Amino acid sequence: MSTNEIKNLEEIFEAKIARDEKIEPKDWMPEKYRKTHIRQISQHAHSEIVGMLPEGNWITRAPSLRRKVALLAKVQDEAGHGLYLYSACETLGISREELYEQLHSGKAKYSSIFNYPTLTWADIGAIGWLVDGAAIINQVPLCNTSFGPYARAMVRVCKEESFHQRQGYEIMMTLCNGTQEQKDMAQDALNRWWWPSLMMFGPTDEESTHTAQSMKWKLKRKTNDELRQQFIDQTVPQADILGLKIPDDNLKYNNDTGHYDFGEIDWSEFWQVVKGHGKCNKERLNARKNAWENGKWVREAAMAYADKQHQRKTKQTG
Amino acid sequence: MTKQNLIHYIYGIADNALILGQRLSELCGHGPTLETDIALTNIALDLLGQTRSYYQYISNLTTDGSTEDDVAFLRKERQYRNVLLVEQPNTDFAYIIVRQYFYDVFHYMLLQELQLSKDVNLTAIADKSIKEVGYHQQFSGDWVKRLGDGTSESHDKTQQAVNDLWVFTEELFHLSNEDKIVVDSGHGINPKSFKDQYFNKISTLLEDATIKVPESKYFQKGGKDGIHSEHMGYILAEMQYMQRTYPDMKW
Repeated sequence: MSTNEIKNLEEIFEAKIARDEKIEPKDWMPEKYRKTHIRQISQHAHSEIVGMLPEGNWITRAPSLRRKVALLAKVQDEAGHGLYLYSACETLGISREELYEQLHSGKAKYSSIFNYPTLTWADIGAIGWLVDGAAIINQVPLCNTSFGPYARAMVRVCKEESFHQRQGYEIMMTLCNGTQEQKDMAQDALNRWWWPSLMMFGPTDEESTHTAQSMKWKLKRKTNDELRQQFIDQTVPQADILGLKIPDDNLKYNNDTGHYDFGEIDWSEFWQVVKGHGKCNKERLNARKNAWENGKWVREAAMAYADKQHQRKTKQTG
Repeated sequence: MTKQNLIHYIYGIADNALILGQRLSELCGHGPTLETDIALTNIALDLLGQTRSYYQYISNLTTDGSTEDDVAFLRKERQYRNVLLVEQPNTDFAYIIVRQYFYDVFHYMLLQELQLSKDVNLTAIADKSIKEVGYHQQFSGDWVKRLGDGTSESHDKTQQAVNDLWVFTEELFHLSNEDKIVVDSGHGINPKSFKDQYFNKISTLLEDATIKVPESKYFQKGGKDGIHSEHMGYILAEMQYMQRTYPDMKW
């Protein structure tokens, strides 16, 4: 293709995005757009399936049948999200095996929040309330992102996430209306999950490397700091209703800005976990690798059986 | 037939669903593919949903105010009436699938009969559950064929699982004395009526899957009388953890 032809295609592509039209898998797209989307969508898919693990940790110990069924269904929803996000990613010309390989080798990242341990039942409430709450704020703008398969997957993901968030809040509410021991358990979970939840929005705008390009492609509509502020403003009143205290002595409503001011985030902790040295990084990755490696013979059997069936059919018809 | 007889009989069905649902729950997030992970979780969800229906019925039958959760979480090991098959561990995917298939085929036939029970609550639960169990049986049966007639490795693993789990099949048809009273009253059903059909069906599918049907005539039983395997204590220790550590709280 000549330089002029490429330039022409690029113009058509940019114009489409400017008109808020979707880019579909078979449309021409710049290589950088394709790569960025593979990176982001796969990171998102990996987060869904690694995210099954900390919550999966409590399915067998859930305190009532109703909670057990709800948690099981929630974790299953996350598997479903992983499935359609991997499928969306595959439309960009990469296989699921390659994507898994990138996760297992550490080349691809997933959300660091899942490297924190779930220590009590209240953590399941706190994750639903805070982690899913933060995820929704990050993800709702993606329902309008430029890449069609991703945008459509996100519509469904967001609907389910908002259900999960209400479910998590309801667990917290039940604890906070319970015994002192249950309230303490809820407060302890908030104390441990608050700061990591704020870190879910990523580094501050000055530190963020991908923001400018991502804004242009509508992969992002607001900056990390804007989204973080939105989360805090939305969550503080919810904590008040629960009667829980946000673990930040500097948290204060600012009448001038109409937002909550908050304390300094410990970015050294953020980078430690991102770089693979959080409490559960190794366990999470090992759990995924084990599932994949232990499942190898099963996948091979399914392929071999399908081949045999195909051959038998061909023989019959031939 | 006393109310106690009926409750005892229902436990004999419901506890299977609970314990197998619990076993399958352990796997959530660890399946060999995302698709099988989702499918096995679906089966767990169906089984736990059925468990709740049976336990809610038991809770209505009791006069001591027991809830479905008291029934699920606060009994002692000897009071659980599940068969030994469903408490067997998730050794590998072949065990998971063979355990599931052996149970699903039985479960489907049981529900077919239970739809004819004199007890309207039990027929209602059976009507609802049988559709779900039809899918379970399809899923596990298809996988037995894939694994048995897949690669030589998968064949060997499946044969091993069948050999090891076969000893638990006979117990599915065991009736305690109290069960017999409920069967005679027309509220319960006698699984012996479909025992031959059961063994014919699973043998045919195993042969189809190139798996040898074990010839052993020695079987294990005890679960239905509350005498479980060593696995059961650990299942309960985990499942009852919250209820035992924080008694009398609402969650």
